[in-house]
Amino acid sequence: MSKNKDRFLNILIVSPSILAVSIFIYGFIAWSIRVSMSQWKGLTPDYTFVGLSNYISLFNDPRFLVDIRNTVIFTLVFVIGSITLGFFLAVILDQGLKGEAFFRSLFLFPMAISYIVTGVVWRWLMNPAEGDRISGFNLLFSNLHLDFLINKWHTTVTWGIAAIALAAIWQMAGYIMALYLAGLRSVPEELREASRIDGANELQIYRYVVLPILTPVTLSAIIILGHISLKVFDLIIAVAGKQYPLDVPAIYMWQTTFDGLFYGRGAAIGTLLLLSVAVLIIPYIRYTLKSEAQQ
Amino acid sequence: MKKSFVLRFTIVLLILSIVLAGCGQAASNEVEVFSWWTGGGEAAGLEAMIKIFNAEYPKITFNNAAVAGGAGTNARAVLASRLQAGDPPDSWQGHAGQELIGTYVKDSKIEPLNDLYEAEGWGKVMPATLIPLISQDGNIYSVPVNIHRANVLWYNPKLLSDNGIAVPTTIDEWLSAMETLKGVGITPLALGEQWTKMHLLETVLLGTLGADKYNGLWDGTTDWGGADVTTALENYNKIVSYANTDSASLTWQDASQLVVNGNAAFNVMGDWAEGYFRELGKAPKTDYGWAPVPGTGGTFQFLSDSFVKAVGAKHPDAAESWLKVAGSKAGQEAFNPVKGSICARTDCDKNLFGVYLQSAMDDWASNTVVGSLTHGVVANDSWKSEIDTALGAFIASQDVPTFQTGLVAACKSSGPCQ
Repeated sequence: MSKNKDRFLNILIVSPSILAVSIFIYGFIAWSIRVSMSQWKGLTPDYTFVGLSNYISLFNDPRFLVDIRNTVIFTLVFVIGSITLGFFLAVILDQGLKGEAFFRSLFLFPMAISYIVTGVVWRWLMNPAEGDRISGFNLLFSNLHLDFLINKWHTTVTWGIAAIALAAIWQMAGYIMALYLAGLRSVPEELREASRIDGANELQIYRYVVLPILTPVTLSAIIILGHISLKVFDLIIAVAGKQYPLDVPAIYMWQTTFDGLFYGRGAAIGTLLLLSVAVLIIPYIRYTLKSEAQQ
Repeated sequence: MKKSFVLRFTIVLLILSIVLAGCGQAASNEVEVFSWWTGGGEAAGLEAMIKIFNAEYPKITFNNAAVAGGAGTNARAVLASRLQAGDPPDSWQGHAGQELIGTYVKDSKIEPLNDLYEAEGWGKVMPATLIPLISQDGNIYSVPVNIHRANVLWYNPKLLSDNGIAVPTTIDEWLSAMETLKGVGITPLALGEQWTKMHLLETVLLGTLGADKYNGLWDGTTDWGGADVTTALENYNKIVSYANTDSASLTWQDASQLVVNGNAAFNVMGDWAEGYFRELGKAPKTDYGWAPVPGTGGTFQFLSDSFVKAVGAKHPDAAESWLKVAGSKAGQEAFNPVKGSICARTDCDKNLFGVYLQSAMDDWASNTVVGSLTHGVVANDSWKSEIDTALGAFIASQDVPTFQTGLVAACKSSGPCQ
């Protein structure tokens, strides 16, 4: 009896959040999917069912193809860059050098800043102006007589999006460092000693002992960075505004829905974004739940 | 800690109940006017007009429902949800022309104002070529309060005279002037981010096609795939090639500033740039000069903020009273000198305005009036955003034929070319 009462109370307590989540998350996901299969264009909702035609036209839309290409470039540069840099910083800090706490905080701080602020600062740093008006990194390179490094940053044709990824790396590498640092500290010293006795050099220890132990950390890092990069929006807006060469799905969705009133198309882009994140996240959640259940 | 939480919670509840109570009671004698004029000269101008409204209609309470943020992006989202919920403000602000007509007339959200124009005699004091641009099927839908000009070529007088260049009046003259300037190492043209490139495009289309064919682009009588448009796009491609290389990273202010600072010779921007030059402490005619964009002499490419009357307005009479003030000489003379624009009426007192605006007033009264694309007059929002996408692709590729194909497709999908 009392157990039943407990159960009732439990359900009662969580029911508001279940209700809220089911309406405001799943309800709206369902509604968005419905809109994405409608021909709604303009202010008045028009739910006439058109099947997948919004999706099909997106994949024939040159702008959406640019978006996909930009997302792929951004994701590769951002994920590989952040993980490499983060791991490198973690290994250095793990050597037990002086002032470790100071550097740890220093590398972590950028994470506390919003993407808008990062974007504004990097907009100044990556100023592509030439001649008298040269500034930012380009001015620095020019003063250091490293003229070959002067470039057009995010205004570079085709690869400009990679410059935006640099700003994102600056922001997130510290966080990845923290993840790896925690992982490195959990590698038992005995393992390293054992490998040394077996004749492994330091490089081989990292390659064959430490990195395999850190695989779950790397996986988490890829998931976290990956879903951030699929959704990237504010950073690009802050650096470059709404410009075609740096377009990504989230910006296209915003512009076509609210500037162009193509609600059906906007909802289709939103749904595709959700799917792409889900492909990344769902296996991860299943994996985590499974390993937690095993413990 | 706990106490302050309880306190805060109570305050939030109080505010909520006040807000809810406010929604319930609609005062019989008020007018709710919705806009995105929340700062700078715009807000000050609105305040000046409200003063006149209060003096003329002391019994009507003016409810200023301005929403801040992003050149109206937020306001439009709020307005859209209010319209969908069937709770329209009595009157709201929008760019005159298709941005209003294409969005709100199609869905029967705003009322024709022909009777008001008739009664107030506005047809006689506003340019005859303006009326078709703010009408659909013979119905006039909004009251323009201010006028800005889009087709203005700003130039640096010193750079031009030093190099023996006369102010160009045709596109060919302009191109050869820019070639000369490029030869002596001066940036010929200052250009900014993507929307400023669309702004330049609309003026080049006008300069190449002329007023009639330009108007035909928007009503379907000029073929977007035609040879004239090809010439215009090729001109545009040539003109853009003289621009600064960092245009993608500049705002319109950054780009316009290059001209008054002597870093570039020409810039095409609407005449709000003049207000910005004055803010920078620059003097007209010595620090900056102006002319119609080459090829567009005798034509006034306009954009305008205007007010509408909602279908189902809760206070229809009060809304008309507001529109009367917005279209009146007193109302426009109060608003425009503060905002830095000219009156839509042609009978405003010139002495209230600076030297540039006076010249704009002369042109407004005498020129052929055509509408701006970038600023919402000639194309509805969907069409404009499709053109913007085609332009973006062109900026990346510089491929004129693909650009033209994209423009033809944009007109088919969202314009009159079926």
